[in-house]
Amino acid sequence: MCYLIQMASVSLPSIALSATRSFQDKRKDKTKSGCLFKSAFFGNKKQPLSMETQSHGRVTMAVATNTSRFDNITMAPPDPILGVSEAFKADTSEMKLNLGVGAYRTEELKPYVLKVVKKAENLMLERGENKEYLPIEGLAAFNKATAELLFGADNPILHQQRVATIQGLSGTGSLRVAAALIERYFPGAQVLISSPTWGNHKNIFNDARVPWSEYRYYDPKTVGLDYEGMIADIKAAPEGSFVLLHGCAHNPTGIDPTLEQWEKIADVIQEKNHIPFFDVAYQGFASGSLDEDASSVRLFAARGMELLVAQSYSKNLGLYAERVGAINVLCSSADAAVRVKSQLKRIARPMYSNPPVHGARIVANVVGNPDFFNEWKEEMEMMAGRIKSVRQKLYDNLSAKDKSGKDWSFVLKQIGMFSFTGLNKAQSDNMTDKWHVYMTKDGRISLAGLSAAKCEYLADAIIDSYHNVS
Amino acid sequence: MFRFAFKKKKKKCTKENKSIKRIALSLYLRIPISSVSHPHQNSVGYLFHRTTHHTHSLQTDLCNPPKTPSIFNLQSMAIRAALTRRPITSSTLQAASRSISSWWKNVEPAPKDPILGVTEAFLADTSPHKVNVGVGAYRDDNGKPVVLECVREAERRVAGNLNMEYLPMGGCNNMVEETLKLAYGEHSDLIKDKRIAAIQALSGTGACRIFADFQKRFSPDSQIYIPVPTWSNHHNIWRDANVPQRTFHYYHPESKGLDFASLMDDVKNAPNGSFFLLHACAHNPTGVDPTVEQWKEISYQFKVKGHFAFFDMAYQGFASGDPERDAKSIRIFLEDGHLIGCSQSYAKNMGLYGQRVGCLSLVCEDEKQAVAVKSQLQQLARPMYSNPPVHGALIVSTILSDPDLKQLWLKEVKGMADRIIGMRTSLRENIEKLGSPLSWEHITNQIGMFCYSGMTPEQVDRLTKEFHIYMTRNGRISMAGVTSGNVEYLAKAIHEVTKAA
Repeated sequence: MCYLIQMASVSLPSIALSATRSFQDKRKDKTKSGCLFKSAFFGNKKQPLSMETQSHGRVTMAVATNTSRFDNITMAPPDPILGVSEAFKADTSEMKLNLGVGAYRTEELKPYVLKVVKKAENLMLERGENKEYLPIEGLAAFNKATAELLFGADNPILHQQRVATIQGLSGTGSLRVAAALIERYFPGAQVLISSPTWGNHKNIFNDARVPWSEYRYYDPKTVGLDYEGMIADIKAAPEGSFVLLHGCAHNPTGIDPTLEQWEKIADVIQEKNHIPFFDVAYQGFASGSLDEDASSVRLFAARGMELLVAQSYSKNLGLYAERVGAINVLCSSADAAVRVKSQLKRIARPMYSNPPVHGARIVANVVGNPDFFNEWKEEMEMMAGRIKSVRQKLYDNLSAKDKSGKDWSFVLKQIGMFSFTGLNKAQSDNMTDKWHVYMTKDGRISLAGLSAAKCEYLADAIIDSYHNVS
Repeated sequence: MFRFAFKKKKKKCTKENKSIKRIALSLYLRIPISSVSHPHQNSVGYLFHRTTHHTHSLQTDLCNPPKTPSIFNLQSMAIRAALTRRPITSSTLQAASRSISSWWKNVEPAPKDPILGVTEAFLADTSPHKVNVGVGAYRDDNGKPVVLECVREAERRVAGNLNMEYLPMGGCNNMVEETLKLAYGEHSDLIKDKRIAAIQALSGTGACRIFADFQKRFSPDSQIYIPVPTWSNHHNIWRDANVPQRTFHYYHPESKGLDFASLMDDVKNAPNGSFFLLHACAHNPTGVDPTVEQWKEISYQFKVKGHFAFFDMAYQGFASGDPERDAKSIRIFLEDGHLIGCSQSYAKNMGLYGQRVGCLSLVCEDEKQAVAVKSQLQQLARPMYSNPPVHGALIVSTILSDPDLKQLWLKEVKGMADRIIGMRTSLRENIEKLGSPLSWEHITNQIGMFCYSGMTPEQVDRLTKEFHIYMTRNGRISMAGVTSGNVEYLAKAIHEVTKAA
């Protein structure tokens, strides 16, 4: 009996093994572009020979059912961002500081539920609304509000009904649906993503089987924007590529182009017939002003360009875990918008059927009520303001304590929740191992997790890691 | 192929040079030739405005192109000028016009979802008699959506109190633990031994999708066997996950019951180690479930063939009124030692439809394997939605962790199931009273939210057009939409369209 089990189970692990092996190989791929990935998934629709297996044959003897098919499944690597919080929780040091995930913290380093959100929730509770399925495209009131927030309520494109909007599962979910749309209707088209970018962008396009390549963005020498490199790489890409742009408060660097630079970026995108694809996760959170933070998107829209925009309410309304966001596709005609919206729905249906209602209702209630809306704007200014003030304090401490004459002004020039310190992996490890400061390995710190009281300590840690570790 | 001579004379449009131009256009623009309309029409817009250097020459290469920009071009230019306060130059003219030809030209309108599209049509209907027995969402006897009392209470406890920080990728642990107890048993050894890899999922759809993606990733050569018929979105899910689908016999139209013999044949004939999708209880759309004996036979045959059983359990508690009883099929498989997969949803049995709360679980050999599998499930979730929504999970967790609230929930679930069973009886009686020559015992034989009436699409269309009764065209009636107020009207309408059959 045992021998028969061995026989029958031989074919199963070999499948699993070859699957995981090739999957891991792709992970190890260090090339900047997704080309290798592309050939594996696009070049030939047939699977590589190593993965072809014979049929299981007609083994009619009994097979023990406690041989698992998952025998050869290996442990997935910890998520580089969300894994940081888990490590932080496990740390017992008093001095520990969590500058990992971008979730806003008060000066007391507590999570913050916006007052206006609590009010909206209580209002919803009083009304006793039902929990029926939303339509696939989500809550209509939310979709209207979110498009208006993004493009400006008076923007003619809204009146012309040229925007296809569907509610999505925060930024991630919205990006994923858009990626699936790209894969379906632009097979072979690439997405250009900034180097560096939010860690999950690559996962999203990989899982959606959309090839990607990188454009230069961060210049380590200036700890600023590599503008020339960015323009050159966008120009060099094949015509009709999608260019993923961070609307404001670039994650992870905090470095945004100026308005003049945005104009030039739009020029070259138009020249190459690329499609701009904005990820707007911090509207209102960067400068404190919703309108100002949307100016890059509005600039492109005003040029009559078609574009994609993913939005998230995780940070600016503190709705992180409610997973509220939207994907907007600005088309050149109302007819195209109708068709595109129907296809976005078709992608969403087999992913999650329809989006969660709770967070969308909160947003609709906040934006739809003038008092709540004003209150929200005030709270947002307060949150953005706190971040600006800790940036200032950190900069002051760094300049005062570091005698080497290094220019730390990039801390002030960068914007939004994150700062790219310029520390490399070894230096970042030192931050964690020696100073119990938790950050991501790319040198990104989340200023939202920094209190004024801890600025001095952090400055010490950064100075030490920068100068004493290589 | 492109002739760049700048000619002012109008070219003669011969058939030959028209087709060459269409080929040229389609190659240049990388669009199928069928989309390239006659050179006189819109495609000129493409070519004229998409190039920066060869505009004039290509323009004259085409037959008699329009020379002035269209109204829409001018309009968008004016808008842009107004917004940016920049002068309209020839480059802005080109830029504005360029976007008229949309990237999305080849995007066709998607067909309406066969289930959710029914509700859309129902909402648009203005008739006072309209009845919605389409989507499977529970209604009370007044036809109103219901929020369970236990849910309201849980919400009160939860509202405004907690922060909304990201859940871990695997979701709310407490909720997942309680959910596993429902499926696997309160005192299940599998749970004690931590052999189950489980994550919170976006209701049943999300759980099935993550499983389908997982299946694709780790058993890339496998297929999924899906019963005929099944919930239509099952096909979409496995298709979008790129897992090839096969079908197995399930519904027996003549008896309006289970085609057990053919089902068993299909199980036996499938290659060893195939993946099967099974509805744990209250099969959607037929309402036809195997008996306990039949489940035992299916489980045995699965063992012989080494098949993998994936259970979609969307109606636990809703079928018989007793969650333990509704999980019987799963328990039979577990007793036989199968390592199953399971999708659970709280959409119906807790009325949390729009909250999207569910769970995906996979039984593994040991704890170590379960940890590895869970990490891979999370790896699939992260690029799809990062982490699941918290609100619904907190409601579930609050209810199931509090013995009183849990009791209340069980009582309310039974109430919902009982009302549906009552409506089944009533509908059948009403149709029989009208003297229908056909047999309607399947209405009470079937179980759960749905009744597979056996009506044809044409009969369903008549129901909609003549009687404003909305259901899916496969003849599936959502019994949850039947009330004491509309059951007679519904019976009359059904009798009308079927009596000639």
